[in-house]
Amino acid sequence: MASDTLTDTKVVGENADDPTIVVENGEVVDTEPKADTYAQTQADPYGQEDSVFPPFDSTTFGAQLFWIALTFGILYIIMSKVALPRIGEILEVRRDRIEGDLAEAERLRQKTDRAIETYKTELADARAKSHGIADETRNKIKSQMDEKRREVEADLARQIASAETRILKTKTDALSNVDQIAAETAVALVGKLTGKVSIKTARVAVNAVVKE
Amino acid sequence: MAPTDPISQFNIYTLFSFGTVGADENGANGFELVFTNSALFMVASVVLISSYLILSTRGRGLVPSRVQLVSEIMYEFIANMVRTSAGNEGMAFFPLVFSLFAFIFVANMLGMYPYFFAVTSQIIITAALALLVMGVVIFYGVWKHGFGFLKLFVPSGIPLPIMFIVVPIEVLSFLSRPLSLSLRLFGNILAGHIVLKVFAGFVVSLSALGALGMVGSVLPFVMAVALTGLKLLVSALQAYVFAILTSIYLNDAIHPGH
Repeated sequence: MASDTLTDTKVVGENADDPTIVVENGEVVDTEPKADTYAQTQADPYGQEDSVFPPFDSTTFGAQLFWIALTFGILYIIMSKVALPRIGEILEVRRDRIEGDLAEAERLRQKTDRAIETYKTELADARAKSHGIADETRNKIKSQMDEKRREVEADLARQIASAETRILKTKTDALSNVDQIAAETAVALVGKLTGKVSIKTARVAVNAVVKE
Repeated sequence: MAPTDPISQFNIYTLFSFGTVGADENGANGFELVFTNSALFMVASVVLISSYLILSTRGRGLVPSRVQLVSEIMYEFIANMVRTSAGNEGMAFFPLVFSLFAFIFVANMLGMYPYFFAVTSQIIITAALALLVMGVVIFYGVWKHGFGFLKLFVPSGIPLPIMFIVVPIEVLSFLSRPLSLSLRLFGNILAGHIVLKVFAGFVVSLSALGALGMVGSVLPFVMAVALTGLKLLVSALQAYVFAILTSIYLNDAIHPGH
């Protein structure tokens, strides 16, 4: 197939730098230079001095340089102005979007954390408060009970004291009455036995006896 | 019957001519601008790359389609390569490296198609691309650093006597860069095509010998299949190597001190 194309199309690879051809240039170029070298190439592609290994054929260099410059230049311009900025933009938009979403998620997470924190502190506050109220109530009740007990105790003490004084008074009264009774009894006894005796004398005598 | 000659696949022939410029009165010594098969495949590569990248990203999908993903992967692959080799300043050359990679990659792959022409098997093309890279490196280095660009040849922290040995080596290695850059790509593609054609040619010529020849042609056929796989790898790898070396050389232009 490739050799078919070789016969169909003229080979660009004539050796223009070859000194033998340059010498001939005057005559050959005037008639039919392309056909001449073309025929030589066809006659024997190898071994002939004007047939070179295609990649080293310098006659093709000019056109190839032109086309590589043109095509690579266009490629560079398309890449740097259109294709690469577009892909870069797509990637950047995606990165921004992902970062934005992550930031939003982080923000929501912090919000949740704050809510949990608030809930916890409020719960702790409420607990402390309820403890306080319970303590306070307990203390109040206790103090009230204490006070009542004290009152009751004081009342009891007072009553005991008054009862004691009353008893004491009764006792002293009773005791003082004993002297009187003793004296009267003594008078009566002495009167029955000996005759009259004054109450005064009897009392003195009773007191002396009591003192003993 | 297909030709078995391994050289004719590199022939350049004229498809049509735009005429001759600068010719003398005899019509000689002018520059004849011809549209050749080589030019056709350069144009095809550029059209293929541009249309694929532009059409695949037409939707600008936030969630990429498969075709768009290929473009994005290629973009990020080269962008990461340039960023890691030449730093963020090197991103100014990202379109250049991307164009080089895409052009060489697609031209190599097109060349893999039977009867297609491999543009990168022409030394003038690889030399032009390599000289473009070195031209950009030198131009940018001198424009950015002036004489400071010469620090590229003077590694820091080396005693003076050794400088006399190191500096010529550095200069030589710098000068050989465009040569190795162009010859590596040219040689790989050229040699691969020749070897593939030789083995494929064995299949054809052995088959022509009759039944025994056909049995014998199995071995070169297997070789041709295996070489096709290898050449696909080499085609991709050479585009990658060219791009990463370009990035490294550009890094030298941006940061000439070692």
